Amino acid sequence: MTRYIVRRLLQAIPLLLVISLILFVLMQNATDPLATMGGRTPTRPEDRARLTRQLGLDKPVYIQYLYWLIGNDWTKVDLDGDGTAETQGKRQGVLRGDFGTSIVQTGRPVTTVIFERLPNTLILMLTAEFVIVLGALLVGIFSALRQYSLFDNILTGILFIGYSMPIFFVALSTMYIFSINFQRWGLPHLPTVGMFDPKIGKTTGQIILHMILPVFSIAFISFAAYSRYIRSTMLEVLGQDYIRTARSKGLPKREITFIHALKNASLPIVTIVGLDLPLLLGGAVVTERIFAWPGMGRLFIDGIDRGDTPVVMGILMLIAVSVVIFQIITDIVYAWLDPRIRFD
Amino acid sequence: MAQISPTQNGDLRRCCFGFAHLVFVRRRVLFTEKYSNFTNTKERLQPPSAAHPFGTDTVGRDILARTIYGGQISIAIGITAAFVEVMIGILIGALAGYFGGRIDSILMRFTEAMLNMPQLLLLIVMSKFFSGQLPNINILGRTLSGSVVVIVFIIGLTSWPYLARIVRAEFLSIKEREFILAARATGTPSWEIIFKHILPNSIAPIVVSATLGVAGAISLEAYVSFLGMGVRAPTATWGNMLENAYRYIESAYWLWLFPGLLIVLITISINFLGDGLRDALDPRSRTV
Repeated sequence: MTRYIVRRLLQAIPLLLVISLILFVLMQNATDPLATMGGRTPTRPEDRARLTRQLGLDKPVYIQYLYWLIGNDWTKVDLDGDGTAETQGKRQGVLRGDFGTSIVQTGRPVTTVIFERLPNTLILMLTAEFVIVLGALLVGIFSALRQYSLFDNILTGILFIGYSMPIFFVALSTMYIFSINFQRWGLPHLPTVGMFDPKIGKTTGQIILHMILPVFSIAFISFAAYSRYIRSTMLEVLGQDYIRTARSKGLPKREITFIHALKNASLPIVTIVGLDLPLLLGGAVVTERIFAWPGMGRLFIDGIDRGDTPVVMGILMLIAVSVVIFQIITDIVYAWLDPRIRFD
Repeated sequence: MAQISPTQNGDLRRCCFGFAHLVFVRRRVLFTEKYSNFTNTKERLQPPSAAHPFGTDTVGRDILARTIYGGQISIAIGITAAFVEVMIGILIGALAGYFGGRIDSILMRFTEAMLNMPQLLLLIVMSKFFSGQLPNINILGRTLSGSVVVIVFIIGLTSWPYLARIVRAEFLSIKEREFILAARATGTPSWEIIFKHILPNSIAPIVVSATLGVAGAISLEAYVSFLGMGVRAPTATWGNMLENAYRYIESAYWLWLFPGLLIVLITISINFLGDGLRDALDPRSRTV
């Protein structure tokens, strides 16, 4: 087991290096971080030259990548931007856990900037994932037990529509109906955007109220994949010999479904949840934008728009690393749940 | 067949003429980019009416015209992007599956690396990277913003990994079959075995995922354009019509409702098509 984990981690290292190099090069040439620095007044040419040198953007891209990766405390950098490098570098590099400082929020460490937003995204995403899995289990089991019934067919239709829907359409139409029109008709309505009402403050009730629509939108579109998956694994398990044995022993139906069948059918679900969770971190870009949710997705878009390479790279690496880690965790959990699997 | 009297004949002719006129002459009004980009600032944010069945947008362009025109672009982007995806996916999947060994492990590591990133984030970074000042392009008498080509390529470049895996799996199983052994024994060159013997036999899942890929590409384009990083003006697509429309959610529902609804309808239809194709072409995959 330990050998397996070590091997997977070692395999992941070149993968992460390649990903980070490609993304870094793309980001470096994507946007000009200096364009918005002067606020409304355009940056003067001499300031621009000074800032470029101060931020180290005048260096070739591979040097910048090297500084980002292993830090620059082994060389001298040009901190005052006068063209001569005289100050000892302070950055430690990603490999030593230093993600640099944000360009837009001047001087603040990237980790602080990201971890400020991370809980907001996590609260939204974990709730959504929980709703999806719970609902999909219910629906999946029910339609497996009543295969090809009217209920099963109607549900399949609705799920198919949900699966084909872009999330912004779900988000916009639910927002239009449940917050705007309900307000217009004088009914109790849901809030449109934000995380809490500034007049009331950041209370738990407010956050829950503001979470309903985004969670619903995320759940609605990812629901289909999960529940279809659960339905088909349930059907497969229900056709097995040991279920027939359990039936012939005269065990109650409920016990067969939830203990004998579900236990075995839920194994593959662990895999899709494990692989989907880290991707959810970045999957909320559109949802967070529509609902003005102050999470990582919005931080990412802002970072891209304003050329904040350290922050964008930090978010992307956070996601890539958590994908790798979650893959390993998923494999281990799977092996733990299913003793038939061995790592050799 | 009923006798057609001269007057009826005239009516019919007039009707035909009217129809032809509508299709061939008025088409220029209804379906051209000129009309879809025609701005009338006096008619900003008009609700749906007889003159503008879908209403007008923030600078007074007719939304019906833009929806029709934008739909063509969206569908064209979907199809070409899926084409790029299929080309790359087949190439990588076939090489990995056929040659195996080191080539396989390198290519599959690369594929995994691609799957490690949420596709949307990759798309955003890439579209930002490639979208400098691109010149407009003239194709078939239309002026397209250069970002259309960029979007097609980056969607293709980021969606191939799933297809590559499918192709690889097909190749792995087919290359062990006896007719491949026979082909090899008669000295058929590798490329001929790959493209003439194995590929035609693994076409069913490729066709299915290419079809689903079209729907995927259309919604991806919509996502990226929705975030304001996709296709730029003057070209309309369903996606970039939605950009900023959500700011008018309270006052002007028609801005997002019609293009949004059409994106939903087309992805549902294409997904149905793909599902049907899967059932027709590959009976084994018909799950319980």
